[in-house]
Amino acid sequence: MRLKVNGELIECSAGTVAALLEELGVSAPAVAVEVNLAIVKKKDFGTFALKEDDQVEIVNFVGGG
Amino acid sequence: MEFTDTQIQRYSRHIILPEVGGKGQKKLLGSKVLIVGAGGLGCPVGYYLAAAGVGTIGIVDDDLVEVSNLQRQIAHSTGAIGMPKVESAKRTFEALNPDVKVNAMKGRLTKDNIMDVMKDYDIVVDGSDNFPTRYLVNDACVLMRKPLVSGAILRFEGQVTTLIPHEGHCYRCLFETPPPPGLVPSCQEAGVLGVLPGVIGALEATEALKLILGRGEPLKNTLLIYNALTTSFRKVKVPRNPDCPVCGQNPTITELADYDAGYCQL
Repeated sequence: MRLKVNGELIECSAGTVAALLEELGVSAPAVAVEVNLAIVKKKDFGTFALKEDDQVEIVNFVGGG
Repeated sequence: MEFTDTQIQRYSRHIILPEVGGKGQKKLLGSKVLIVGAGGLGCPVGYYLAAAGVGTIGIVDDDLVEVSNLQRQIAHSTGAIGMPKVESAKRTFEALNPDVKVNAMKGRLTKDNIMDVMKDYDIVVDGSDNFPTRYLVNDACVLMRKPLVSGAILRFEGQVTTLIPHEGHCYRCLFETPPPPGLVPSCQEAGVLGVLPGVIGALEATEALKLILGRGEPLKNTLLIYNALTTSFRKVKVPRNPDCPVCGQNPTITELADYDAGYCQL
């Protein structure tokens, strides 16, 4: 499946947000995720289904100052 | 108020800009900005706001200057080691521009003092170094309807966004709850390129000046992410979250709480 992740096209087999994060090696509790401009709640990462051409933004928690 | 001859010279590069002018410069001199944190971000934010002639700058921080701060915290000098950061920052900013009054507040913001600290300021700029303070500042700004410019840094990544309560997104719209304690490292634990807070702090100061002047487009509903290694900027659109616990349709956070539980002091 083709997705746009952080502005770049990628091919992946992940069907859910949680699976995509795992495929990308991203720690789920350390990020916020938006799909097609809607924020996905953390508790829905495992069930939120991704489809072809979805635009996904993965944003790191950054707290330093 | 009328400008003195010295002020006309000091602010001439502002006054000549049609978007600022004498009128805008007077707005800056009459404005009040609160900076949370006198560290990597707070130093450049305060430095540039003082240079720009923001008339009243509040700065709050509990720490003392340490030698390990000096790789990036540019308002503090070697001679200030051991001094409260807010006193060191006040000395630096007021030496740069005598038009500026700096209110130095040594201490931590808590649910009990934050509203009293914030009430006299037009805009809040967050440069804090820990999540409990970030959430507290966000929630207080939403409840008090204060514009908040939020910046954060770690390693080579920086983030900036401008939060206009009830008009655009808030911090919790994107990051609903703090990450589990210990999961996201601090700069002390993971490092930070010394110049990174300079880039992000300068962007935060720019956002604050634009808000005061009413010029340009703030980073409303937008998170700007900077990667110093690739020299790239990415803008992420952040819609308001109707389920946001503090600024959504049915908020569950209607009063402040301290979020320190489970967090070690960063």
